[in-house]
Amino acid sequence: MPFRLERRAEPATAMVALSPLIAVALTIVTMAALFAALGKDPLAALQVYFIVPLTDTYSLQEIAVKASPLVMIAVGLSLCYRANVWNIGAEGQLLIGAMAGSWLAVATHGTNTGPWLLPAMLLLGAAAGALYALIPALCKIRFGASEILISLMLVYVAEFALDYLVRGPWRDPAGFNFPTTAEFDAAATMPLLIAGSRLHAGVILGVLLVIGAAVLLGRTLKGFEIRVVGAAPRAAQFAGFDADRLTLTTFAISGALAGLAGIIEVAGPIGHLQPGISPGYGFTAIIVAFLGRLDPLAILAAGLFLALTFIGGEQAQIALKIPQDMAKVIQGVLLFYVLACDSLILYRVRRTAAHRKAA
Amino acid sequence: MHKAMMAAALMLAAGCAGATSAAAQDKPAKLKIGFVYIGSVGDFGWTYQHDQARKAIVKEFGDKVETTFLENVSEGPDAERSIEQLARAGNKLIFTTSFGYMDSTIKVAKKYPDVKFEHVTGYKREPNVATYSGRFYEGRTIQGTIAAKMSKKGVIGYIGSVPVPEVISGINASLLAAQKINPAIKIKIVWVNSWFNPGKEADAAKALLDQGADVIMQNTDSAAAMQIANERGALAFAQDSDMIKFGPKAQLTGTISNWTPYYLARVRAVLDGSWASADTWAGLKDKMILMAPYTNMPEDVKKLAADTEAGITDGSIKPFACPIVDQEGKEVECKGGDHLDDSQVLGMNFYVKGIDDKIPGK
Amino acid sequence: MLEAILLSIVTASTPLLLAASGELVTERAGVLNLGVEGMMIIGAACGFGGAWLTGSTMVGALCGIAAGMALAALFAAMTIGLAVNQVAAGLALTILGTGLAGLIGLGFVGERITAAPHLAIPGLTDLPMVGKLVFGQDPLVYVSLGLIAAIPFVLARTRAGLVLRAAGDNAAAAHALGYDVAKIRTLAVLFGGGCAGLAGAYLPLAYTPFFAPGMTAGRGWIALALVVFASWRPARLMAGAYLFGAVSILQLHAQAFGIGLPSQLMSALPYLATVIVLVLISRVRRGGSVAPAALGTAFVPDR
Repeated sequence: MPFRLERRAEPATAMVALSPLIAVALTIVTMAALFAALGKDPLAALQVYFIVPLTDTYSLQEIAVKASPLVMIAVGLSLCYRANVWNIGAEGQLLIGAMAGSWLAVATHGTNTGPWLLPAMLLLGAAAGALYALIPALCKIRFGASEILISLMLVYVAEFALDYLVRGPWRDPAGFNFPTTAEFDAAATMPLLIAGSRLHAGVILGVLLVIGAAVLLGRTLKGFEIRVVGAAPRAAQFAGFDADRLTLTTFAISGALAGLAGIIEVAGPIGHLQPGISPGYGFTAIIVAFLGRLDPLAILAAGLFLALTFIGGEQAQIALKIPQDMAKVIQGVLLFYVLACDSLILYRVRRTAAHRKAA
Repeated sequence: MHKAMMAAALMLAAGCAGATSAAAQDKPAKLKIGFVYIGSVGDFGWTYQHDQARKAIVKEFGDKVETTFLENVSEGPDAERSIEQLARAGNKLIFTTSFGYMDSTIKVAKKYPDVKFEHVTGYKREPNVATYSGRFYEGRTIQGTIAAKMSKKGVIGYIGSVPVPEVISGINASLLAAQKINPAIKIKIVWVNSWFNPGKEADAAKALLDQGADVIMQNTDSAAAMQIANERGALAFAQDSDMIKFGPKAQLTGTISNWTPYYLARVRAVLDGSWASADTWAGLKDKMILMAPYTNMPEDVKKLAADTEAGITDGSIKPFACPIVDQEGKEVECKGGDHLDDSQVLGMNFYVKGIDDKIPGK
Repeated sequence: MLEAILLSIVTASTPLLLAASGELVTERAGVLNLGVEGMMIIGAACGFGGAWLTGSTMVGALCGIAAGMALAALFAAMTIGLAVNQVAAGLALTILGTGLAGLIGLGFVGERITAAPHLAIPGLTDLPMVGKLVFGQDPLVYVSLGLIAAIPFVLARTRAGLVLRAAGDNAAAAHALGYDVAKIRTLAVLFGGGCAGLAGAYLPLAYTPFFAPGMTAGRGWIALALVVFASWRPARLMAGAYLFGAVSILQLHAQAFGIGLPSQLMSALPYLATVIVLVLISRVRRGGSVAPAALGTAFVPDR
C-alpha cells in the first residue's frame, strides 16, 4: 500500500472547521459532473435542488415535516453511538412504536374518546419503541451478542408484524381489503400548526428533543458519562461508570425516540397505519446522525439538509426530469465525503517511503 | 455545518440564477399534465401502460400540452407531497395511478380546487376528482375460458397480489368461466402480498407449476411468471401489457389495460372546458381493456375466445351471470336482474363455489 | 414434484449463498460491510447490462463482479484507507448503490435477455430424481458451491487464510508479526464485493431474466443475517443459505396447498432464528467469542 494513515498527535483544528466545507464542495462538484453526464445543465439542476425549495414557504414546511422524524431518530441514535454502542435497528423500533400507538387508535375508533387519546398514543409508541430496543441491548450485556446484528434482524421481524396486522386483524372492515387500518379519528391525529398545511405539532416536539439532548449531553452528569464511556472506556471504568447500564439507557432512549417518530408519522402526515409507513427513516437517520457528527444541534441542520435533498430531488424530477435515484446517489456521496473529511481531523495521510515493509 | 453548506450553495447559485430562472418557466397557454406512478415506467406492467397513455397524449396534442411524471412514489407519507408538488408546479390535470394514493389525492384536491385530478381504481370523489378503472374481470372471463380448454391437468395456478375486490372478482370470473367448460377444474392461489416483486412472482409461479398447475394467471405486474411458464413449457396469461416478448411459447393472451382512449378524452375535456368529475368503469366495449392476440392455442380455442370477447362486448355474455353460488353453497343475491350488479362486483369479498381456499385475513 | 421443489430452492438459495460467502470472508478479516444490498443491486444492473449488450451470460457475470468490486473498493478506501466508521460507510454504500443502479438501469428496464444456460450432460442430466439437481444447474450454482467448498480450505489450511483470520481476530498482533493488515483487509473486502456483485447479477442472469429497480428485494440484508446465523462457519453458511431459501419457497407451497399459516410469520422466521442463534452462540462461547474479535473496528497502526 503506497499510502498510510497516521494518527495526528492532536486533532487538526483547521480540519474541524474546514471538513464540512470541503465535503459540501466535493459533493457539489460531484453532483455537477453527474448532472452533466445525464445531459442536464449542472447549474440549473443545482439551483432546483438546493435553492428553489428554500424560496417558498410550502417547501420549507415540507422540509420541516420530512426532517422531523429523521432528526428525532438521529438524536437518539447519536447518544448510542457516542456511548460506542450501535443501534442500527431504529427502523424496527419506529415500526413497533407506530403499531403500539395505532393499537389505541384502532381500538377506540369511532368511540367518543377524550383529549387523552393522542398523548396516550405517543407515550405508548415511545414505550414500545424503547422496549423493542432493549432486546438487542439486553442480548448484548447478558450474552455478549452483537447489538448491531440483532437490532438489524429485528427490523425485519417488525416489518412482518406490521404487514400481518394491517392485512389481518386491524384491516379496515370498510376498506375493500386494502392493507390499511381505518382513517384515524380526529382525536387520534396530530394537531396542525398551520391549517391547510402538513406542518404538525411533532415538528415542535422534534426541536424540543434536540434541545433536550443537547442539554443532556453538554450539561449533565449522564451526558458526561455517555461521552466518557464512548471515548475512553477504561477511564470510565475507573470513574465507576457502569457501561452495561449505559447501554440499556441509550438503547432505551433511542428506541423511544424512534417509536415516537413512528407514531407521530402515522398520527400525523399519514393518518392511518399501513405497510410502507416509513420510507427507510430509521436507516436514513443513521446517515443524519453521522452527517451531524453525533451532535444534536448539528443533527438538526443535517436532518434539514437531507430533507432538502428529498424535496429538491422531487422538484428536479418535475422541473428538469432528473431521475429520482439521483437523490440517493447524492446522499450516499455526501455521507462518504463527510466521513472521509472528518477522518482527516484525526489522521493524516502519509506516503510510505518506497513500499518499505511494515513493522 | 448547515450554514456553511447553504452559504456555498447560495454563492454558487447567485452566479447562475439569472441564466437559468427561465428554464422552469412555461407559457400559460400550455396545459400541464402531471402523472404520479407507483412503479418505474419500465416495469413492463401497470406503470408502463399508464406511461404509454401519457406518450399518446404527447403525440396527440403536441405543443398544446406538457407532461411530467414522478415515478416510484411510495404510498406512504411521500405520496401527498409528490401530488402537491405537481399541483404547485402548475399542472392542471393530474393522474394519480395507484389505489393507495386515494386519501392523498383527495386531500390535495381540496386545497387546489382549480386543478383536476384523475384517480385510478378509487372510490372517493370530489368535484375536481374523477375516478376511473377497467372492468378487468371481463378479461378474466376470456382467460378462464381459454385456460379450461388448454389445461391438460385441469388445474389453474393463480398468482394473487393483494386480496382486494378487483383481484377477488378476477379470480371468481376466471373460475366461473372455466367451470362452464370443465366443471371439475381446480384453481390454486398463491398470494405474494405485493403488486411487483419479480423474484417472488417467479417463485410463486414455480410453486404453482410444481403443484400441478399447467396454466398460470397473475394479478401481479412483472413478466417473471410468464418467463417461468415459457421455460417450463407451461402456459400463461399476460398482465397489464403484452408480454409476448417474455413468453413467445407460453402466452395465450392477456388483459391489457389500455388507458389511452380515456386519457385522450379527459385531456380533450379539460382543453375544451367540458371536464366534470365522474366515475368511469369501462371494459372491452370502450376498449379500456384489450385482449392481447390469441396465441399458442388451436384454431377452435381461438374462435371460442374471440366469440367470448364479442359476447362480452355486445353484452350477450355476462361474466357474473346469476345464479352464483358462494363457497358455503349459498346463492348470492342477484341485484342486477340476471347478473350481479356493479356494486356487488366492486365490493366482492367472497369466493365462488369450487375454490378450495379462503380469502387471506378474512 | 420433490425434485422440482428442490430445484426452486437451489435457485432461491444461490444468490444468498454467493453474497453471504463473500461477506463471511470480509467479516473474518475483521471488516463489517453492511453495504451488501448496495453491491448486489449494482451487480444486478451491471450484470444485466453486460449480458444485454453482448448476449453473453459470462460477460454479464463478470460485469456484475466488477461492479460489486468497484463499490467495495470505495468502501475499502473509506474504512481501511481512512479509518471511517464501518457501519456508516456500509449504509452509505447501500444508498449509493441503490441510486446508481437505478440510474444505470434506466437504459434497459423492460428489456429481456436469455437466461443462463443450464448444464446438460447426456445421460447424467437425464437421471431420475438427482439428474437435474446435480448435473442440470446453471453455471453460477456450481460457482457458488465451488466457492463455499474452497473458502474453509483456504481459511483453515493456507497461509493466506491464517493471515486473514489473524487480521480479523487481532489486527495489532498480525501487524506486529509483520503482516500488512490494511492490504489483507482490502483484499477481503474486494472479494466480498465481487461475490455480492455476482450474487446480484445472478438475479437478472438466471432468476428472472430482466432488470427491475429494487429487484434484490432485501437479499443483501438476508446475506448479512446468514453470516451471523452460520456463526462465521462456511459449512453452516451453506446449510443456512439453503434453509433460508427453502423457507421462502415452502411458504409459497404451503399457500398453494391451502395451509392457512400467516405468510408473514414464515417470512419472519429466518430473522428470528438468526437472533436466537446469535444469542446462543454468544452464550455458549462466552469469553472466547465466535465472532471475529476485531469485527467492525478500524485498525490504524500506531508508530
